[in-house]
Amino acid sequence: MIESYLRQSPLAHLALAAHGPGSGKPAGVHMAERPFPGLVNLRGPGDNANFHGAFKAAAGYDLPVEAGATAGSANTTALWLGPGEWLILDARGGPKSGPRIAESLRAALAGISAAVTDISESRACIRISGAKARAVLQKGCPLDFHPRHFAQGQCAQSVLARAAILLHMTPDETAADGPAFDVYVARSFAEYTWRWLEDAAREFGVARGER
Amino acid sequence: MTQSFRLPEGGLIDRDRRLGFRFDGRDYMGYAGDTLAAALLANGVHLVGRSFKYHRTRGILSAGAEEPNALIQLGEGARSEPNLRATQIELIDGLEARSQNRWPSLSFDIGAFNNALSRVLPSGFYYKTFMWPASFWMKYEYVIRHAAGLGEAPRGRDPDHYDKTFAHCDVLVVGGGPAGLAAALAAGRAGARVILAEQDSDLGGSLLGTNGTTIDGQPAAQWIAAARAELAAMDQVTVLTRTLAYGYFDHNFIAMVERVTDHLGEKPGHLPRQRLWKLRAKQVVLATGAIERPLVFADNDRPGIMLADACRTYVNRYAVRSGNKAVVFTNNDGGYTAALDMAAAGVNVRAVVDLRANPEGPATERAEAQGLHIMPGSAVVGTSGEKRVKQVRVGRVDPGSGRALAVSETLDCDILAMSGGWSPALHLFSQSRGKVVFDEALGAFVPGDPAQGAHSAGACNGAFGLADCLAQGHAAGRDAAKDAGCKPGRDGARAPEAENHGFLPAQWAWEVPSDKPPGRGGKAFVDFQNDVTANDLRLALREGYHSIEHVKRYTTTGMGTDQGKTSNVNAIGIVAKTMGREIPEVGVTTFRPPYTPVTFGIFAGRDVDGLLDPVRKTPIHSWHEQAGAAFEDVGQWKRPWYFPKPGETMHQAVNREVKAARDSLGIMDATTLGKIDIQGKDTAEFLNRVYTNAWSKLAVGRCRYGLMLNEAGMVIDDGVTARLGENHYLMTTTTGNAAPVLAQLEEFLQTEWPDMEVFVTSVTEQFATVTIAGPNAKPLLRELAADLDLSTEALPHMAIAPGRVAGIDARIARISFTGEMSYEINVPASCGLALWHALMTAGAKYDITPYGTEAMHVLRAEKGFIIVGQETDGSVTPIDLGMDWIVSKKKDFIGKRALSRPDMLKPDRKQLVGLLSENPEEVLPEGAQLVERVLPKPPMPMIGHVSSSYHSPNLGRSIALAMIKGGQARMGQTVLAPLADGTTVTCKVVSPVFLDPEGTRLND
Repeated sequence: MIESYLRQSPLAHLALAAHGPGSGKPAGVHMAERPFPGLVNLRGPGDNANFHGAFKAAAGYDLPVEAGATAGSANTTALWLGPGEWLILDARGGPKSGPRIAESLRAALAGISAAVTDISESRACIRISGAKARAVLQKGCPLDFHPRHFAQGQCAQSVLARAAILLHMTPDETAADGPAFDVYVARSFAEYTWRWLEDAAREFGVARGER
Repeated sequence: MTQSFRLPEGGLIDRDRRLGFRFDGRDYMGYAGDTLAAALLANGVHLVGRSFKYHRTRGILSAGAEEPNALIQLGEGARSEPNLRATQIELIDGLEARSQNRWPSLSFDIGAFNNALSRVLPSGFYYKTFMWPASFWMKYEYVIRHAAGLGEAPRGRDPDHYDKTFAHCDVLVVGGGPAGLAAALAAGRAGARVILAEQDSDLGGSLLGTNGTTIDGQPAAQWIAAARAELAAMDQVTVLTRTLAYGYFDHNFIAMVERVTDHLGEKPGHLPRQRLWKLRAKQVVLATGAIERPLVFADNDRPGIMLADACRTYVNRYAVRSGNKAVVFTNNDGGYTAALDMAAAGVNVRAVVDLRANPEGPATERAEAQGLHIMPGSAVVGTSGEKRVKQVRVGRVDPGSGRALAVSETLDCDILAMSGGWSPALHLFSQSRGKVVFDEALGAFVPGDPAQGAHSAGACNGAFGLADCLAQGHAAGRDAAKDAGCKPGRDGARAPEAENHGFLPAQWAWEVPSDKPPGRGGKAFVDFQNDVTANDLRLALREGYHSIEHVKRYTTTGMGTDQGKTSNVNAIGIVAKTMGREIPEVGVTTFRPPYTPVTFGIFAGRDVDGLLDPVRKTPIHSWHEQAGAAFEDVGQWKRPWYFPKPGETMHQAVNREVKAARDSLGIMDATTLGKIDIQGKDTAEFLNRVYTNAWSKLAVGRCRYGLMLNEAGMVIDDGVTARLGENHYLMTTTTGNAAPVLAQLEEFLQTEWPDMEVFVTSVTEQFATVTIAGPNAKPLLRELAADLDLSTEALPHMAIAPGRVAGIDARIARISFTGEMSYEINVPASCGLALWHALMTAGAKYDITPYGTEAMHVLRAEKGFIIVGQETDGSVTPIDLGMDWIVSKKKDFIGKRALSRPDMLKPDRKQLVGLLSENPEEVLPEGAQLVERVLPKPPMPMIGHVSSSYHSPNLGRSIALAMIKGGQARMGQTVLAPLADGTTVTCKVVSPVFLDPEGTRLND
């Protein structure tokens, strides 16, 4: 199919081949693009039990209702974005996962006042991890990343330098590796955000590619 | 050169690391751990600069941030930095430093004539002399700036890079002296997230300059080391040395600058030179210490006249004798400590001149016991020595008159160490809006009630005894942690213990008694950096400047780069005494950030070059780049402006692109248009309210153009909205308005119409959008979308349908901004480049021609289509644009009521028209003003302006759109455009639709 081999992830044009931090230094930070996550924006009445019930029946878990909270299953994760707004994501989903999630949610929420919008194509996902990941993000984002304030699994919408971001501290890293964050940024800002992060991480040593 | 003033042992320097440096072209040696000032003094160099106004010789006054004299130009070329304090510059090997404000050389300086002329250079001289004529100020300024002091800004771009970071903590401790360390320990033990910021290279503060001090029974150095180790072992504590907290703003927002590599000889390329910390602290402990005050007496500014405690610090911390023969001049017990430490270091202390008639205090007693020559009730009334102080004249103070009697003794010396008491460093406290109060016993201002979550401790809080400093620091750290929400410390530890000697008792004299009438017998400097004397202050008062803020500005006292750290309290004291007022009545001037100057680089951070601002790129951008497109900035987007072929001018390229779109096939990247997905059962009604036209009857699969107004009835956006499903719409907005329109819609939904079931979601970046336009658009699409029925019956103008184009899932909308048969193809963003390639390949047979924004502008202008922001400027209604047809008379919409205001109905409002210049070759400049009659010179009554103007290759002539008063009634009339070059263009007012008014080209 033309689609599968001519699809371009947002950072594909940078040809970000994996490489180490250079000159034998340890990498304080690892950075990688996670191409083609499945991302679906879900809007609905946060105070409506039918809505929550229908979601749970389809997804197998409850939508998070606390600010910055996330919940999920083996298949998808729901990120709380605001009152009545969530992002349902499948970070390793591939190009078809967004439409697939959207379709199943639409079916599950039929008849309920809700909106399901596939936005998979509109975001780039940059994974930044390692012992100094927090310090790098802290340079551009005014949120407090101390473990007492930003825990594994938590998400937040904020800014990084001059780009609006959605930040997700992924739960699938062990403490020993240091924290891992997925930075979701509008596709057209991807190159700016990548270059900014790489520059900010320079003093800690950057390795390209996931750990 | 030998370091002949270096003590054979002691100090906190590393004698194994000898460092070479250069000052004013001469080579010297120092040790690691030295400041530049310490190393210069070790080499016997006192003369380090010329003063700002009188070019008097000046030496090193202090050992810290307060230094007013020893301002240094550091480094060469683009890295050169002016006005750095030698007392804070850490010595590195190969350091290059120059004195400032001297020409041709430091020891012979032409500007010193200013000193001889000082009688005609009183305070306010510049104000008085260069007032008239006002237009000459620029010329005066040029000369004055050259004559005035301070260093030179570096030329060339800064080769270093800088970092910025946000930070958060429970407790910020500013200052790593005894109080700060005790505070950090107490807060850290309570589990608080602590940041300790110390501007110096090492922790310890005043302890570093003392000798024989013990805390908790151990030598101070050991206690500091233990504190450092304990803090380092606490995970939640960060100790930042070489980090200056320079500004204290609202809500406990503290700005700090960290010097990351300045102190390193070899600077690792991966490290930033400096880092700006933007810190939000729940609580702040201010432990910023205090600054010793000079004494104000005649000729108190010669090299070799230093602050007493600085002399002590040079001995104890740097193992440097400031000179061989010292006179100490004090009004307090603290001066004796310096005398004792200097004597212990082998300095011949000739005498301690004490203003107090009955010297007393623990240090005084020790000095007496050691047999130091004490001159009670005496004052230094004059000094001599050009490049170094040589002699001081001492007179007895007459208790009756308060004046000094004739000189009783003349003492040879090469050091005069003075102590006029101490001023708590209140700068950050005051910046935080805390009020300061005057403490009579201390003779100084101290913090009053804090305005924010701030706790002052130690010398900055008026506690000068070490035990008090430690106790206050301990309490402040504990309380700050508690106020930040931490549980009380598990240790319940007591404060560290020490002896408690301050500098009191003291006797205040803001100006030292003199044996001469005021203003005679030499200059008594208050502000060394700005060359302000006690007499200047009195002159300002005589001339009617009575507010301390006015005195400050008129005399410039406290307005140098040191912001009067050593001078302000003396100045206030002299003003108060002269006016016969109490000091609290006079008040203090405002403290402003930064505490000491900071470099611009930290504010730029990494927001330079390619990271200055985000560059937004479409998924097809790489193709445009390879095709050699010229780009135009549209907001943060880069859009292809035109695609020049080799050798083509912009004009040629645009003409070719415009012709191709009309004659065969053009292709454009329209991805940047804003796209908003709208869902919910009330969407049609929602659109009715936000657009001027009616939406209830739009069928699924159809599109409609809409105009959006603000409440004032002015056009703010336009675009095509498609109905994709029963309750599902896709709105497009102009490129620049995508985010504001979404925000506006969301605001309406959340605040005005929360009952509506409508959800808006930005999908601007979800799709890549490619427009193909021209007679061959349909044949090309038919080839690539074989299973899509493109007949006018199935997909008429203003219709949208899903389908596959070149094997890619797509939405195809038949809409047109060019007036040609045209399709907008939306595909998933990641497939945009693939779609573009497929269209370019298959379109080759039609000579498919990429066109940019300029050709798009020409094409739409030929059709009279407006661009929001070009024809409109926030003051244009749909009626003004001749678009009455899109304004519903039946339903309500935002801006409707405004359209019926009397002013909106006036016939002479500016209205959209077309313009044809008499000469078809003449392209009017956009923005040209239009008049009915040209007068000999402006002003002349203007009736409108040109909003868009192009050469139209399809019409073979120039065309323009204009907004003209009562324009629709002027059809066929002539208007004139007088241009800046003196020529006048004659134009005819015509319909704004120049091409195909019937719209036949949109159809097959």
